[in-house]
Amino acid sequence: MNSEEKNIILEARNLSVGYSTKDADSVIAEAVNFSILKGELVGLVGANGIGKSTLLRTLTGMQNALDGTIFLNGRNLNEYSSFQLATHLSVVLTEAPASKNLSVLEMISLGRQPYTNWIGTLSEEDKKAINFALEATETTTLAHRKCYELSDGQMQRVAIARALAQDTPIIILDEPTTHLDIYHRAYVLKLLKKLASETQKTILFSTHEIDLAIQLTDKLLVMATNATYFDDPCKLIEAGRFDSLFPKETIDFDGKTGRFKIKN
Amino acid sequence: MQISQTYRLQFFVLFIALIAAFLVNLSIGSVSIPIDEIVSIFSGNGASKETWRYIIMDYRLPKAITAMLAGGGLAVSGLLMQTLFRNPLAGPFVLGLSSGASLGVAILILGASAFGGFFGTLLLSQWSLVVASALGSFLVLLAVLAVTFRIKDTMAILIIGLMFGSVTTAVVSVLSYFSNAEQLQQYIFWSFGSLGNQSWQGVLILSLCFIAGILLSVFSSKSLNGLLLGENYAKSMGLHIKRTTFIIILATSILAGSITAFVGPIAFVGLAVPHLVRQFYKTSNHLVLLPAVLLCGSLLMLICDTVAQLPFSEFTLPINAITSLIGAPVVIWLLVRKRKLFF
Repeated sequence: MNSEEKNIILEARNLSVGYSTKDADSVIAEAVNFSILKGELVGLVGANGIGKSTLLRTLTGMQNALDGTIFLNGRNLNEYSSFQLATHLSVVLTEAPASKNLSVLEMISLGRQPYTNWIGTLSEEDKKAINFALEATETTTLAHRKCYELSDGQMQRVAIARALAQDTPIIILDEPTTHLDIYHRAYVLKLLKKLASETQKTILFSTHEIDLAIQLTDKLLVMATNATYFDDPCKLIEAGRFDSLFPKETIDFDGKTGRFKIKN
Repeated sequence: MQISQTYRLQFFVLFIALIAAFLVNLSIGSVSIPIDEIVSIFSGNGASKETWRYIIMDYRLPKAITAMLAGGGLAVSGLLMQTLFRNPLAGPFVLGLSSGASLGVAILILGASAFGGFFGTLLLSQWSLVVASALGSFLVLLAVLAVTFRIKDTMAILIIGLMFGSVTTAVVSVLSYFSNAEQLQQYIFWSFGSLGNQSWQGVLILSLCFIAGILLSVFSSKSLNGLLLGENYAKSMGLHIKRTTFIIILATSILAGSITAFVGPIAFVGLAVPHLVRQFYKTSNHLVLLPAVLLCGSLLMLICDTVAQLPFSEFTLPINAITSLIGAPVVIWLLVRKRKLFF
């Protein structure tokens, strides 16, 4: 076993995702293959409706894969109980918390649920993890504000802080930059980059900010209509993988600048 | 999530208010009994009038205890349902428990004439009402739990519960159509709710159900807090959604089902008290909300019962009307004043 293989934390082999009904499976994406290493920041890009969220839901165990296997730390994802999974993998979802009457501190503390006792008492270790999450996301000053008082940008930082408090080696985020202004989009992505490099957490996020993702991520998972590609952003550009993402008559990818341009 | 010192103080104040309301409730009624006499009865010294001792021990005390159990239990089950369904309109009876109880009682009362004579009157003793009501809620509970096992989506469970409620209400309507005026009156009196006329055995059974339901709720408080973030987040933090849903519905059914069986379908308390408490406590943490809702529910019910027995008069108003008459303006006033529904 070489060092690269040892460091693989999340791996998909010939994975196909979608929804199964009684009559037939409706496959949304198939033949997805990738292996993500510890401490990598990985972006997931693709057009609307291509199946990014479905893939993320499958990777987080919220829905079953139609075919193929997901390995988490070399073990099949299906073998993890939801309780075990909670200490390996945390999520930031697009949905807002059901109750916004929670204070920021309460919401972040909930991230400690996998570790607390039956009634949820916070130990010293829990408090340390919560403080770390507050500091890392610069939300310490917000700690006693209510969630309904926060702006979208602040709320997203709190959601990331909650995942950080859960203290898992992997964090999976579904479109963390949606609804944010350009400053907060850059802020959130830079925060993810910093967390990946400083805490050796593996971070996988889906995004529509393809140009920002190309600049920041270690690897990109590109979901195109017929295939899914996984590689370094530069190699993906060289191979022209972004060209087929969107209909060419409206928008075109410029390989030199790494940006999409509107066609006149 | 921790319980801070301020909350402890507030609980203490609530508790004192509850004891005060309890004593006032015992003291006031068609016959007014001084509070020092009540204390003397409790300390075993007896009262200056033997009838007072009798009124307190055999009528007012079981009634006051029933009021506290019913108010607290209904309020807690309302809180459980609101959090489980993440819906501020949910209450203890959203899953059709009270409709099930109504159906049981309706079949008993409206069907009793079929047996006629002595057997008919035997069927209509107090215990048979309790048993019929409990059986009705239990059948609806079984149906809802069977659905819970098959369906993942809690919103679907909510709708199915409402449908069960509609069906049982419809059956009751059909039964009422075919029954005579006297039976209808008896059924309607049951549906007004009544805290009085409880035997000590009844209070004991109700207390046991109450303790079981509250224990299940306390055990679920961590899961309930997790559910505040939504089902997907809760699951990602290791919560077993189906098992949690099952336990929460079971706790609600035990609480609301047993209470409805003994005192009838008391509306409003279960829906309103959690909202009242959220306005004052401004938190969604169930470790704070559960005891607060429990105390406030008991307190509100005791106050309502005190008003319902119309001090210094012979009349007793239906408790079900009083809870809404007192409670609804309070909730409206709070919402208008704060202009914000905390949930």
